[in-house]
Amino acid sequence: MARAKWLIPTIYIIFLMLPIYWLVSMSFKTTNEILGSFTLWPQNFTLENYRTIFTDPTWYSGYINSIIYVTINTVLSVTVALPAAYAFSRYRFLGDKHLFFWLLTNRMAPAAVFALPFFQLYSAIGIFDTHLAVALAHTLFNIPLAVWILEGFMSGVPKQLDETAYVDGYSFPAFFVKIFVPTIAAGVGVAAFFCFMFSWVELLLAKTLTAVAAKPIAATMTKTASSSGYELGLLAAAGTLTIIPGAIVIWFVRNYIAKGFALGRV
Amino acid sequence: MNKTVNQKAWFFVAPVLILVAFNAIVPLMTVVNYSVQETFGDNVFFWAGLRWFEEILRSPRFHDALGRQLFFTFTILAIEVPLGVIIALAMPRKGPWVSVCLVLMAMPLLIPWNVVGAMWNIFGLPELGLLGKTLNTLGFDYNYTRQPGDAWFTLILMDVWHWTSLVVLLAYAGLVSIPDAYYQAARIDGASSWAIFRYIQLPKMKRVLTIAVLLRFMDSFNIYTEPSVLTGGGPGNSTTLLSIDLVKIALGQFDLGPAAAMSLIYFLVILLFSWIFYTVMTRGEEQ
Repeated sequence: MARAKWLIPTIYIIFLMLPIYWLVSMSFKTTNEILGSFTLWPQNFTLENYRTIFTDPTWYSGYINSIIYVTINTVLSVTVALPAAYAFSRYRFLGDKHLFFWLLTNRMAPAAVFALPFFQLYSAIGIFDTHLAVALAHTLFNIPLAVWILEGFMSGVPKQLDETAYVDGYSFPAFFVKIFVPTIAAGVGVAAFFCFMFSWVELLLAKTLTAVAAKPIAATMTKTASSSGYELGLLAAAGTLTIIPGAIVIWFVRNYIAKGFALGRV
Repeated sequence: MNKTVNQKAWFFVAPVLILVAFNAIVPLMTVVNYSVQETFGDNVFFWAGLRWFEEILRSPRFHDALGRQLFFTFTILAIEVPLGVIIALAMPRKGPWVSVCLVLMAMPLLIPWNVVGAMWNIFGLPELGLLGKTLNTLGFDYNYTRQPGDAWFTLILMDVWHWTSLVVLLAYAGLVSIPDAYYQAARIDGASSWAIFRYIQLPKMKRVLTIAVLLRFMDSFNIYTEPSVLTGGGPGNSTTLLSIDLVKIALGQFDLGPAAAMSLIYFLVILLFSWIFYTVMTRGEEQ
């Protein structure tokens, strides 16, 4: 029993990889091969699908747009969450517990509920179809999450660190930037990872708030699937490319992923 | 940690408060505003009172969508949580394989949701997809675009594929936080592996499992993109979950009043269930 233990994760990982493999292998097939015959791996290996994506601006600008708004969102969320998480972990103040819970309830709001009001709000203030609009909209669920994760990490740092720094003559901002933030660098990494992840994978709001200039890659894909018939190879190649940024980010934070949630409190 | 009382801490929280309030309160008020009015276009609105709420609460269409939503959410919770715990228990605790497992398992979490839908759409095609072709070759009559049962099977399998890893990561984080001394003590007492699970591992995982159940509950109740790409709510209405129905009413038919009323009821249902889960799962700690 104990010896067969490795079988469970192995079978699970194979199950996880099968649909991904199918997508990747399809991206290297020609349309004829996809529609004409059932093959387990590409018979006529082709990079044509990828060439289309990298040379057609409607395709590659989607990637650039997605990366821009995800970056703005991650930086913004973590920056404002840092002082707030510090306040929640170090001080008691009027309404602190209610505020914390209210922040978390925003994590529960269905994006479908907010799609239309967001569209009207952002149109009214004139930032519809900008990267900023999507980045701001995604802070609705990313800021609460970042505060939650950072607060957990900060509570693990003993208060003596703060006090020693003040005795040594540090001002609060200097202490916070030069000593405190580097101490919880792992927590900042984990929070940034989760902000990146949820902003990267979300589509409903990103699609509603953009038209042309800031359109995310994922939305370009849905458009293509319906407008130009059934170009499965191209769709598969675009899908494969959306997996890569995530995979790179996971590799960097692999040692912290599991800890991220464990240190947070409910 | 004993915290000092400091009202100036509000200044630290202010930026978060302003940003989230801007995003949460203005749109929420818009929704409340629409939910009690009627419009015939041209920005002319009439007071409708609670009529939309009554209409939605009585409509069979809403009941059906809510029923499907509850069935979906509780099915995936019943599969993903135990499965996630089993996988986390079987994972290695040390060594080079830990990173490999974690990285590979986290992959589905980082794929954009519509790509997940598109991937399973392709994977399940009866003639062109690996899953569809395999099932049909094995003699099953599988076609998720025509048969509701197959659509549900694909939908649930897709969600298990997509999100079980989150439960695994959380449960694993709880497990690695257990000191070795606990296991040594259990071995000296001659505890069975079931006893170790029941009295050492499960209590230690309780907090992270609470987070897992809450997150999976909220996210599965809000699910929109994946099923809308995979089945579009079909065949017929058989996989039309709450979000899909809501978007159909709000952006498809542009019935703002009923859509807004439905949004509020929807949000309240999520809050209510989350509160029940939270209370039930943390009750033991307060005693």
